[in-house]
Amino acid sequence: MAKLIITLDGQLLSEFELDKERITIGRKSNNDIPIDNLAISGEHAVINNFHDEAFVEDLGSTNGTLVNKQPITTRHALHHGDEIEIGKYRLKYVNIQELGHKIEAHEKVAQEFGKAVILPNQALTTLSGEKPTSDMMAHTIPLVMPEAARRAETASRPSLPPIEEVESHAVVQILSGPNTGRALELTKTSTSLGKPGVQVAVITRRLHGYFLTHVQGDDYPTVNSQALDAHPQQLADHDVIELAGVKMEFHLK
Amino acid sequence: MMDLQTALDIAHLTDTGKVRSHNEDCIATDNQAGFVILADGMGGYNAGEVASGIAVTMLANGLKTALLVDLSEQGPGLLVKSEIEKTNAAIHQAAQSQPQLSGMGTTLVCALFHDNHIIVAHIGDSRLYRYRQNKNNLAGFEQITHDHSLLQEQIDSGMLSEEEARLSSNKNLVTRALGVDPTVDVEIQEHEALPGDVYLLCSDGLSDMVGDEEIQLTLSLFGTNLELAVQQLVQMANDNGGKDNVSVILVRILRRFPARCGILAWLSAWFKKRL
Repeated sequence: MAKLIITLDGQLLSEFELDKERITIGRKSNNDIPIDNLAISGEHAVINNFHDEAFVEDLGSTNGTLVNKQPITTRHALHHGDEIEIGKYRLKYVNIQELGHKIEAHEKVAQEFGKAVILPNQALTTLSGEKPTSDMMAHTIPLVMPEAARRAETASRPSLPPIEEVESHAVVQILSGPNTGRALELTKTSTSLGKPGVQVAVITRRLHGYFLTHVQGDDYPTVNSQALDAHPQQLADHDVIELAGVKMEFHLK
Repeated sequence: MMDLQTALDIAHLTDTGKVRSHNEDCIATDNQAGFVILADGMGGYNAGEVASGIAVTMLANGLKTALLVDLSEQGPGLLVKSEIEKTNAAIHQAAQSQPQLSGMGTTLVCALFHDNHIIVAHIGDSRLYRYRQNKNNLAGFEQITHDHSLLQEQIDSGMLSEEEARLSSNKNLVTRALGVDPTVDVEIQEHEALPGDVYLLCSDGLSDMVGDEEIQLTLSLFGTNLELAVQQLVQMANDNGGKDNVSVILVRILRRFPARCGILAWLSAWFKKRL
């Protein structure tokens, strides 16, 4: 069950279970969550619950509604850890189920360290007033030996499996030919390399990494001097790709 | 009958996805007769599979037979329409006759290539898109079919923005389907097909999981290799969650395909009579 934790200036005011399909927030007393404060409109915002998803919408309030410090203009999907701001009040959205899925993903990582434990109720006590929870790691897996473990975490972070979608963290650096030295950022889900009509390969970004696929041409590209087959091949940091006579190196940032 | 084998390059793939236990999508392609069919079935137990299976098999056979006969009298649009109506009646009858199949139905999108044109027929939320390189070498990617779905109706009436629609939970409510009523309202369109065009037919398992821009990007990069492109599209849908069955058909127009007409058709008919 999801809930809202309402705070003012870092002080816990109350918790509210999101057990209805529609929950209204506003100054008037007929709201589900009445907040008697002049900065808050009579009918300020509404939270709609569908199954296990919640959306917050501003009802045309005078002072607006913020989610994670950003004003919202349309219906905004809420995720665990999101913080709604109405006037000086902060409403933190806590969804244990969603958190549970993320924890599962993190559990493996935690086990590798051998130094981390999971406190499922941690999120309930991690209230607003702290840093936004962009870094789930720090919030959901408090470390038993904070100092040593934090060092271990920082040191091994680059090799952590990506939890959310891989962001633009890879680059292809041209090593030979007229464009030597140029770097190609792999920002899109797919990026093509080579000469159209001669030899083309595409690097696709997937959840668990980057893959090189031969698309066009009689010759197949090579990775570390090994020719590709018809299947996509996952790229590792510092792999050297050669196609259409040009060498390039793949870098994970 | 025209043989369109050298005019059309076709690739197709259907996949159960990551969540569903079985595949209720069904597809058929025929590059000689020049048609492709995709259906996304619905109904309890295995009824969805039965509905999409009947739809695709019957329509494919019906079209194949009908195309052997001269098209000049009826026109290809009417031919497709009447074949789909026959298929609808068959599914509806099957649903009536067996209680476990009661209420089954299926979406349908079908493309017939004839005389430099594409005839598109659809019912429900399975889609056809066109990827076309225009004169300035800019690629256009356009959804040709208009979903018969509750969501589309809400968008059309201004109740939902496209952005809100993407977050909506009632994505899979269709307003028209094949086999649920004794009669069916098929939407038929006819467009000129140009060499280089790539047509994409897909079930909502692709269009719900992968955004239009991503699909367009994939077609622009993998377009020279349709087999790879269908694999890539299905994989993207599965990578994004694969919540539904995913089916994709890609058709590229390799050359123009005019129907024999005028003096040539007249001559061949005259020769046939003499023989």
